Amino acid sequence: MKRKDGLAMKLAMLALATALVVHGHCAFAQGAAPDPTAAANGYVDAPHNWQMWFPAAGSPMQARIDWLMKYVLWIMAGVVGFVAILLGYVLIRFRAGRHPKPSQTTHNTLIEIIWVVVPCIILAIIIIPSIHLIYYEANASDPYMTVTVTGHQWYWEYKYNAVPGLDYSSYMIPDDQIKPGEIRRLSVDHPLVLPVGKKIRFVITSADVLHGFYLPSLGVQKYAIPGTDLTSWTTIEKPGTYFGQCNQICGMDHDAMPIEIKAVPLKDYLAWTKIALANYTDNTVSSPLSSPMPRNQLADATR
Amino acid sequence: MSITVDDHALIDQAHHKQSFVSRWLMSTNHKDIGTLYITMAFIGACFGGVLSMIMRQQLMYPHNDIITNGNTWNAIITAHGLIMIFWFVMPALIGGMGNWFVPMMIGAPDMAFPRLNNMSFWFLAAGFVFVLLGLFLDSGTGAGWTLYPPLDNAQYSPGVATDFTLFSLHLAGISSLLGAINFIATILNMRAPGMTMHKMPLFCWAILVTAFLLLLAIPVLAGAVTMLIMDRNFGTSFFEPSGGGDPVLFQHLFWFFGHPEVYIMILPAFGIISHVVSTFSKKPIFGYLGMAYAMVIIGFVGFVVWAHHMFVSAISTDSKIYFEVATLIIAVPTGIKVFSWIATMWGGSIEFKTPMLWAVGFIFLFVIGGATGVVLANAGLDQELHNDYFLVAHFHYVLSMGAAFAIFAGFYFWIGKMSGHPYPEFWGKVHFWTFFVGVNLTFFPQHFLGLAGMPRRYPDYADAFAGWNFVSSVGSIISGLSTLVFFYVLYAVFTSKEKLADNYWGEGATTLEWAVPSPAPHHTFEDVPIIR
Repeated sequence: MKRKDGLAMKLAMLALATALVVHGHCAFAQGAAPDPTAAANGYVDAPHNWQMWFPAAGSPMQARIDWLMKYVLWIMAGVVGFVAILLGYVLIRFRAGRHPKPSQTTHNTLIEIIWVVVPCIILAIIIIPSIHLIYYEANASDPYMTVTVTGHQWYWEYKYNAVPGLDYSSYMIPDDQIKPGEIRRLSVDHPLVLPVGKKIRFVITSADVLHGFYLPSLGVQKYAIPGTDLTSWTTIEKPGTYFGQCNQICGMDHDAMPIEIKAVPLKDYLAWTKIALANYTDNTVSSPLSSPMPRNQLADATR
Repeated sequence: MSITVDDHALIDQAHHKQSFVSRWLMSTNHKDIGTLYITMAFIGACFGGVLSMIMRQQLMYPHNDIITNGNTWNAIITAHGLIMIFWFVMPALIGGMGNWFVPMMIGAPDMAFPRLNNMSFWFLAAGFVFVLLGLFLDSGTGAGWTLYPPLDNAQYSPGVATDFTLFSLHLAGISSLLGAINFIATILNMRAPGMTMHKMPLFCWAILVTAFLLLLAIPVLAGAVTMLIMDRNFGTSFFEPSGGGDPVLFQHLFWFFGHPEVYIMILPAFGIISHVVSTFSKKPIFGYLGMAYAMVIIGFVGFVVWAHHMFVSAISTDSKIYFEVATLIIAVPTGIKVFSWIATMWGGSIEFKTPMLWAVGFIFLFVIGGATGVVLANAGLDQELHNDYFLVAHFHYVLSMGAAFAIFAGFYFWIGKMSGHPYPEFWGKVHFWTFFVGVNLTFFPQHFLGLAGMPRRYPDYADAFAGWNFVSSVGSIISGLSTLVFFYVLYAVFTSKEKLADNYWGEGATTLEWAVPSPAPHHTFEDVPIIR
């Protein structure tokens, strides 16, 4: 009994020491406090080379999109395959060398009815689950929390509606400042931090031109339109890092305003909000070291 | 349908000599104007093609340095889109082949309004100058071909480039509108005796439906563009939220034009494919009436599906469902067309001449583009796929392979009738196969990029997208080399000494243009042909 306790003690000490080392490496702003978003570093849902399908689903919404995509794509693959076989057969069977005497048939009522009715049935088979998905995606009610996402030329601003004063900007890390572990063109200086397992509503708008808030691994996409608030939502299932990009042309640096999300357990998220509040003043990041370009003065002035 | 044309009516107007200026700058002859349009399309395709080669070279590797300025990149993508649509596909199919063959096919001596016809062309030529100014002046127009405000308003796109691009759309729009009026008047009033609507060749049906789409869609574009110009220059706020306007209004107006525009580009292609398939199968079209009315239905439904381009913009849930269902319905008449083409070949005696290769390639690749279109029509899936490379792959399958393949099918089919000389069959086939490999290699991998989440209109991308982008760029180089083969084909045609017979395709070619000499005389019919 005693011996077992001792072992457990040693293991706990070891774990603590490891944790301290890890924290030391990814020290948050001041370097003193532990980084509450560390839990998101274990799993990175980023695109990989030669990828041929959707990213791994990070939310139930993306899982449903993935399912419907497979469903529709297999049906359409069947249609394309059928047409290809038909076309191949006709081209071989009725080529001039083999079939010198053309028929003059130009009508066949039955077959003409079949090729109207069968596509209608196929469409009905597609439409039913498809409409379910539309309703599912539209239901942003009863969220745990709401984040107001504002697109700017060329960065994203995240305002946590439930945490007064927590409102900051997120810039892409410029190519020449990429550090090991960061992904060029996807990593940002201050990611959006969200709790896992909770329904999060995004209210999406823009301060200047159109932008697109596009999170492929979570199945979220909406335009950011000045003067209009659009709503979407997500529930992130496991702690990890998720990426997105601006997906509506917005000017010179359209390709340089990615979205990075750190999804962490709720208690870590709550711990992070306290640290973030201390570090971020209203809509201004305390250390905008890595801002890739000067803020668009015009855009901010008109807001 | 049997055709009687008095031989003595077809006197070649060899004596008909005009000065260069009066023939080409003040032209009133539908064939000369058609030739001008085809020349315009050729120039447009070269410009648009070079722009696409530049883009694919930049995208060949991540962090590439061919284009380092995002504004230059945006100007190139904008010009590529607009030039390919308004100065390549439309003049090739409608102004070019439409002008050449609609009057001939219906037995009319010329278009209804020959001077209006000339004016249509020169508006388009002026528009091309403007769109190039929009590309080269200042830092160019960088709003994308969709021109969504506020990015192209005076605040975010200062300078005259955007104004030139907007006015170029006005010019191209007026050109299309006048052309549409001319085609409608010609087809409805100038058919030869006995040529009832239900005997009219399918290409004429296609152009007629296209002309109605233009007639109804272009004014909406003109309104939207005018409002943009007003917002930019006269302080109005149609699309400016701070003044009570709404950028979403522009999206509605643009796509109310933009979606019919898609069918404006593909319906004439359908017409050409029908003729080519029928000719080389040596069989009449299967289900002629179904084919004609399928186009009418596509044209009609094409007007009520526009907001499927706005599934992730400001749009209600119920509207999404309506627009999804309406969009999917278009698959039914499109299916009628595809199956009727196959049924036309069924039981035929198929000759694989170059135009037929392009037509068969068209049918297969258009079906692939149509299938991804059905995928994208699902609003729920569009939330993932909107504006990414899956979409880029989709619309290039229906345009770069659909419309462009039909243009080449029409070119090889009719170049003998237009020039009087045959094309080199071997090099035509080389052109087809290299282009087929090239465009598929370019655009098929883009489906994967889209599924992986690569957004469109990016000059630089995350390194994870490098593999398929490289393959795609290699494909574009093959397509580019293939175009050099096409240049040789053109050279061979115009230097050929060989003369062609009236009907050089034989028994399968039954429409009126095959009853006149090759090249078609300056005035096609001096006596009215009688169709029994």
